[in-house]
This record gives sequence, C-alpha cells and structure tokens, in this order.
Amino acid sequence: MKLELQDLSVLRGECPVVDAVSAQVSPGELIGLIGPNGAGKTSLMRAAMGLLAHRGHSSLARLDPMARARAAAWLPQAREIAWGLSVEELVGLGRLPHGRDQTGAGRAALNEALHRMGLEAMRARPATRLSGGEQARVLIARALAQESPLILADEPIAGLDPAAQIDTMEVFAAHAGAGGAVLCSLHDLGLAARHCTRIWVMDRGRLVADGPPDQVLSEQLLADVFHIRARFMTTPDGPVFQPLSTLHR
Amino acid sequence: MSYRALLIWLTLACAGLFLASLLIGPSGIGPIEGLRALITGQGAPGLVMRELRLPRALLGVGVGAALGLSGAAMQGFLRNPLAEPGLIGTTAGAALGAVLAIQTGLYAAFALALPLAALAGAALAVVLIVALAGREARALVLILAGIAVSALAGAATALVLNLAPSPYAAAEIVFWMMGSLADRSMTHVALAAPFLILGAVILLRAGPGLDALSLGEDAAASMGISLSRLRLQIVFGTALMVGAATAVAGAVGFVGLVVPHLLRKHVGASPSRLLPASALGGAVMLLAADIATRVIAPERDLKLGVLTAIVGAPFFLSMIRKLGRET
Repeated sequence: MKLELQDLSVLRGECPVVDAVSAQVSPGELIGLIGPNGAGKTSLMRAAMGLLAHRGHSSLARLDPMARARAAAWLPQAREIAWGLSVEELVGLGRLPHGRDQTGAGRAALNEALHRMGLEAMRARPATRLSGGEQARVLIARALAQESPLILADEPIAGLDPAAQIDTMEVFAAHAGAGGAVLCSLHDLGLAARHCTRIWVMDRGRLVADGPPDQVLSEQLLADVFHIRARFMTTPDGPVFQPLSTLHR
Repeated sequence: MSYRALLIWLTLACAGLFLASLLIGPSGIGPIEGLRALITGQGAPGLVMRELRLPRALLGVGVGAALGLSGAAMQGFLRNPLAEPGLIGTTAGAALGAVLAIQTGLYAAFALALPLAALAGAALAVVLIVALAGREARALVLILAGIAVSALAGAATALVLNLAPSPYAAAEIVFWMMGSLADRSMTHVALAAPFLILGAVILLRAGPGLDALSLGEDAAASMGISLSRLRLQIVFGTALMVGAATAVAGAVGFVGLVVPHLLRKHVGASPSRLLPASALGGAVMLLAADIATRVIAPERDLKLGVLTAIVGAPFFLSMIRKLGRET
C-alpha cells in the first residue's frame, strides 16, 4: 500500500496552509514529518487522509471511508477519550472497520496491539483513569489494532516518557519493517534522526526537504527552517542529533 | 453483572411492571378477573382492561423506551452525560403543536388532532434543526441550533398560553404539558407505534458510530464512520421517538437524562451497549412512575411528568455529587 500525494494544497481563506505538496510513502518506510509550529504538518496529514477539504490528489482521500480505514489508521494529536471504556475495549475499537469480529483474527490483532504497547496488565482498567502518557499508548494501540498497512500519526510521542518514546518509535519501525509504512509528525529531531528511514521537512506549508536524516538535517536547513544550530554525529551507537542553540532571526 | 444478564434483568423488570400496570387501577378489578377480562374482552372489566389499561401500559413501555434510548443516543453523540433527548428541540416543537391544537379547540373536534399537531410541531422543529445545522459537521452547532429552536418553540407556547381564550383552556394546556398516560386509547398506540419503531431501528443502528465517536470526531471519521450520516441518524431517530412520545404522553422529563446515566457503568461505559439497556431501563422507569401516580394519589390525577421530575431531579443531583467525588 502506497500513499501518493500530488500537488496537495489546503487553503484557509486565501492563504495556503499546505502548498502544492507532492510526495509518496512506500512500504517499509518510517517517515518523520518535521517542521516548526504552524508549518502545516497536521493539515497535510489530515488532507492526505481526506479529513480536510483540499485541492490536488491523495491516493487515500479517494477511497470510500471503510476502505480507507482498512488502508490507513489516523492518530489525531488531540487525545480524546470519552466515557470510562476499558483499555481492552478502547483498543478493540480499532477493529470497527473490520466489522468488529471478536473471534479469531480480531482477537489476535487486539492482543498483539496490547502486547506491543505493553498494556496487558491494565487491559481491564477504565482508560479515563490512566495517566496522560498511558492514554497516549492506549490510543496508539488502537491504531495498531486496526491492522492497516499505513499509519499516519500526529505527534504520537509528545508527552511520553523517554522509554515510551523510544518504544513507540521502535513499534513504528517494526510496523514498517513488516511491510507497512508510517508517516509520523514529531518535534524531537534526535528521535527522528535515529529511527526514521526518511524525513520530510515542512516550512510555511511547503515541503522543503525529503530524504534520509543525515542528508536532510544539514546546517543550512536547520538554520533556515528551525533557526537553530545543532550537532549531528555518526557514532558507534548510531546517529546522534543534539540541538545546541537558537539563531537570531 | 454481565451485559446479557443486565438485559435479561431489565426485560424481566419491564415485563413485571407491565403486568402490574395492567392490574393496578381505580376500578377495583381483581388480578385474575382482570387478566381473564383482558383475554375475553367481555363486559365492563373487559372494556377497562382493553381500552384503558392495555393502551396505558403499552404507551408506558413505548414512551419510556423512546426517552431512554434517545437519551442514550444523544449523550453518546454529544459525548456529554448532561445531554437529553429534548436538546434538539423536538420536545418543545411537539409541545407547541399540541398546545396550538388545544388553543384552537381542534382537539375537541376529533381525537387525534392533538397528537397529530404535536407530531407536526416535532417535524417542523427537525426541519429547522437540519436547515440550521445540517451541513455543519461539528456537534456544537447542533446543540446551539437545538437551544435556539427550543427557545423559539417555548416562546411561542408561552404566547399561546398568554392569549388563551379562557382560564379553562389555559389550565388544559398546562395540565397537558405536565405529561400523562391517563385516558389514552389504542388509537394513540397505533399512531405512535410506527414512529417509535422506526426511530428505535434508526438509533439502535447508530451503535458502532457512537462507539467510534468516543475517540473524537476526527478519529471516528478516520475509522470509516460518516459523521454527517451519523448526525442525521441521531437527529431523525431522536425526533421520531421523542416527537411520537411527546405527542401521546406530553412532556415527560428526566427519564432520558437519568436512565443512561444510571446504566452507564453497568454496560462498561460502551455507548453502543448503552442503547438497548437504556431503552429497557427507560421503559422500566416510566412504567414504575406511571404506576406510582395511580398508587400515591389515586383520586388526584397526579401527572406523570411531575412525578418523574420530582423523583428525577434530586436523584440527578445525587449522581452529580457522586461524579464530583470520583474525578
């Protein structure tokens, strides 16, 4: 399952918040979508899902809603959980596009998602009673239980503790490694550099860079887009990226 | 208690209260005699059983189920435990229609004028709501449109009362608005039943959509739920059920608010499982309240809506206190 975007634009009034973005996501890729606040990351992903009025073409937005739900899972930034549903039941909502089969494949997918996010011990607890970070993991598990090849996630690791952040990126990497693909926005450039196979950089609605982390995170791009100075090192422990200071605009 | 056990218990309670509703009344017919008369239909007891008590009990089930089910659907859709079926203006619209029928004297001309006028009022309210909020995806606009339509219908009802031709007509209107199941006939049942059944089918099918909506509108849409279709389902299903219920029983408050609240933790908070449970729970509560009006003050014609409000409001307050302590 491939995600193809062709000249995708989102207008807010006259002003384009996403400006003619063309790109594609292929199986096996974990793409980190980075950019400053207000660069259009969320709008790009929502338009790609067909949840936001747009111009141009997205291969997902053309599908009918049920087929799209089986092709791609969407993890919104706002972590909404209404009612005190149990963790197990909430994660099971991810099976809705599959007719909510509670036996066989559905059950297996549910258990696998709970296991991958380390939620087995709290499966019977009401999700509303969990901490913010735990709720975030529950919602990620819901997206995994959907078993769609594509996952689009909007800042899924914001507010998680370091271990949970690394775990989540590894879960996404495993999903990509198993033939799926993940497009995930994040602000932690260090984690993006370490875990993503490719990085998209957005700035003022435009996709300004698209490539492997070590090529994209250049001194010039960091200065132009993020107004920071940083250190990117290739170490025996893999790539290490550390922002150092801001530059005056 | 498992979900299945809960439904079985509620069904049994509903059946028991239905029977009790048939057997309790001012005419002093014994239980065995009453049941026999219901089957044979002979004599004065047969008339009482078939023409007074049976429709009253049937409407108790239908109206209660309508209020419980639409309350649960509305709370699930708005993700707010304080939502109630009257929120989209159909109750106020139906009340206005009924009040106009009383005011014009039309209801004295033929028996079904009042419920038909109430249904027309409810339909008009729905048309207004859909026109105001039909294309907007967010639930907030629906709430605001509902409040606006309710306010408009309420103001018009007040105007009608204000201009009532006689104190007698005004009293008639006020009493009707208090809600009651007394002196209804099988014609009322036949009039309400198609709307109630159609509304119930529409609302019960909204279960998966309401479940998905627990994760927010964006997540639900991404999971294959059409939000615009779900919204129309909720609006029309609620309007059909509440419009028909109000048309035959008047305005009965608090059932649609309290019943889903009461049952939520017993269904594991699932909005879809809450739907059938609240339908049964609503029927149980309304049958019990209607029996209570007959037992507490047999000679005073205590109104059903008054009783549900008097019992419901303090009960609701205690639930809010409990909610405050939990979080």
